[in-house]
Amino acid sequence: MNLAQVKELLQAEVLSGEEKLATTHALSVCGADLMSDVLAFTKEKTLLLTGLTNPQVIRTAEMIDLVGLVFVRGKRPSEDVIAMARERGLPMLSTKLPLYETCGLLYTAGLPGCSARAANG
Amino acid sequence: MIQRFPVAGEDFSAAGEASSKIKNILRQVGEDAELIRRVCIAAYEAEMNLVIHAGGGEMILKLDTDMVEVIAQDRGPGIPDVELAMQEGYSTASDLAREMGFGAGMGMANMKRCASEMLIDTEVGKGTTVTLRFKTGKN
Ligand SMILES: Nc1ncnc2c1ncn2[C@@H]1O[C@H](COP(=O)(O)OP(=O)(O)OP(=O)(O)O)[C@@H](O)[C@H]1O
Ligand SMILES: [Mg+2]
Repeated sequence: MNLAQVKELLQAEVLSGEEKLATTHALSVCGADLMSDVLAFTKEKTLLLTGLTNPQVIRTAEMIDLVGLVFVRGKRPSEDVIAMARERGLPMLSTKLPLYETCGLLYTAGLPGCSARAANG
Repeated sequence: MIQRFPVAGEDFSAAGEASSKIKNILRQVGEDAELIRRVCIAAYEAEMNLVIHAGGGEMILKLDTDMVEVIAQDRGPGIPDVELAMQEGYSTASDLAREMGFGAGMGMANMKRCASEMLIDTEVGKGTTVTLRFKTGKN
């Protein structure tokens, strides 16, 4: 699924990387607020759903090449953090939906979690 | 080749810059993507520990023909019980660090999983040196 489709599904606002949405594909999704968990358990080409909006989320995304970030429950990072994402060409969306519902919509639409991907190879 | 990167303590906006530089260097020298990913995860965890637990320190990158080495060195409080610190879930991180998404007590275990070899040299009151070695090419 590409991020333009994710945006539609979640009725999300685009915070950065608008021009890349249609060409950026997510193979799996991870929902987490603990960066060490994200670092430990995500595979490549993963989209992260999170309620954290600090600079470390962008750093984490950079370190493991996350395909994008979705901030849930209407959260929005500061302009500084959005600027960091723009510099790195990292797409970011913000949805009003809470984490559980955001996960549910994406899962139902066919995007697996990282552990399912590990099991299926 | 040896490169050194200073890391400031408690500075959460700059935290991660050293690992980001390490990543760029490894890309430039054409290391394999899977290796870069493992080095970056471990380096970033080590760098965050310098920021969160040690009042800052230094990250050192050494490149050899068959080895990438990342060393995180500090003159912080040291680790009284290394075995305990290595356990997943053990953390003494501050509330501030937790607000930033850290403090799960996963970092050391993550580093160990990513590296070919991990050495911890620590003395209470003196500081800590974590050495992470990654074999390149065919492990
Ligand atoms: N450089 C260091 N100096 C002093 N203590 C350290 C250092 N690195 C780790 N520790 C101690 O070891 C514990 C475990 O570290 P670890 O990186 O596994 O978890 P954490 O940093 O607390 O949380 P996480 O890494 O999941 O964000 C820390 O909480 C801290 O008490
Ligand atoms: Mg840590």
